Amino acid sequence: MAIGWYLTVSAIIFAIGAIGVLVRPNPLVILLCLELMLNAANLALVAFARMWGGEAGQIFALIVMVVAACEVTVGLGLIVAIYRRQLAMDVDELSELHG
Amino acid sequence: MSAVLFFIAAIGAIAGAIAVVMLRNPFYNVLALVCHLISLAALFLLLRAEFVAAAQVVVYAGAVMVLYVFVVAYVGGADEPLHRHGAALKVLGPLFGAALAVELCIAMLGTALKGISSKGAPYIFGFGTPKHIGTLFLTTYLFPFEVASLLLMVAAMGAVVLARRRRGLDAAGGEEAAIRIHRPAYTGTMHETTGIEGGGGTVSQPEYENQREPIGSQTAPQRGDGHTEGGW
Repeated sequence: MAIGWYLTVSAIIFAIGAIGVLVRPNPLVILLCLELMLNAANLALVAFARMWGGEAGQIFALIVMVVAACEVTVGLGLIVAIYRRQLAMDVDELSELHG
Repeated sequence: MSAVLFFIAAIGAIAGAIAVVMLRNPFYNVLALVCHLISLAALFLLLRAEFVAAAQVVVYAGAVMVLYVFVVAYVGGADEPLHRHGAALKVLGPLFGAALAVELCIAMLGTALKGISSKGAPYIFGFGTPKHIGTLFLTTYLFPFEVASLLLMVAAMGAVVLARRRRGLDAAGGEEAAIRIHRPAYTGTMHETTGIEGGGGTVSQPEYENQREPIGSQTAPQRGDGHTEGGW
């Protein structure tokens, strides 16, 4: 398959993730949609690495995976903290930073 | 053959992504994301990124998703409204997403890059294998590798600090009340053995039922049913 097909799939997945971040109210689902966007970027990186025959794209994709894992741990820690405080699981209601 | 595999994997990935956004139960969202990640790993294999595909399945679909499942089970995966309260984003969000998809496709496919319509560079044997990637990580890309490990350690410590039970937020003796559940007589904890505070088994029932988290309990009345969260 031509590389353009992979890039099209990547663009579609990124757009779906962006829709999810905009539309869904639950912070847990927003984190999942962020994962979708990061994975779309990963797919584009690996496709470009295949296109040029270079290896830097794959290395960068692995680094993106590490950063996504860090984001997940911190985000899930925040969600557990929100639940412990018995606040509502809704990003519209959690719009103030002070405790 | 590769075209058939590509379309199967791409349809799986896009269907998984749509299911992540559309399903109402967070537990099903996580399972849909697992399907999406595995389909994406198949796409990585088609792009000859073997190590990235393996890491995707093992680390992402394995470890990270297990973390998600644990948190969904802890928080409670109840069905919930699909949209936010203000209805403007309900219409504008998908419109914005469609515009973004079209724009990204135009930007990437409309470039003058010649390689985009080709099948990629000629394949060199060993490209993308664990040996290749590992050698690169320990020679050329050593600095990003070390920075990534440092970042992982900082994130792990940050998660522990964020999710721990804060002492100042509890009522006085809140943690002891969490320890003092029903216990047969003549059994105790190490805490009592050292003589700091005793008599855990003889505490009366209403004493610890009245204790609940003091902060924010009136903002979420559906959860304030009197149960206290146990500490770790």
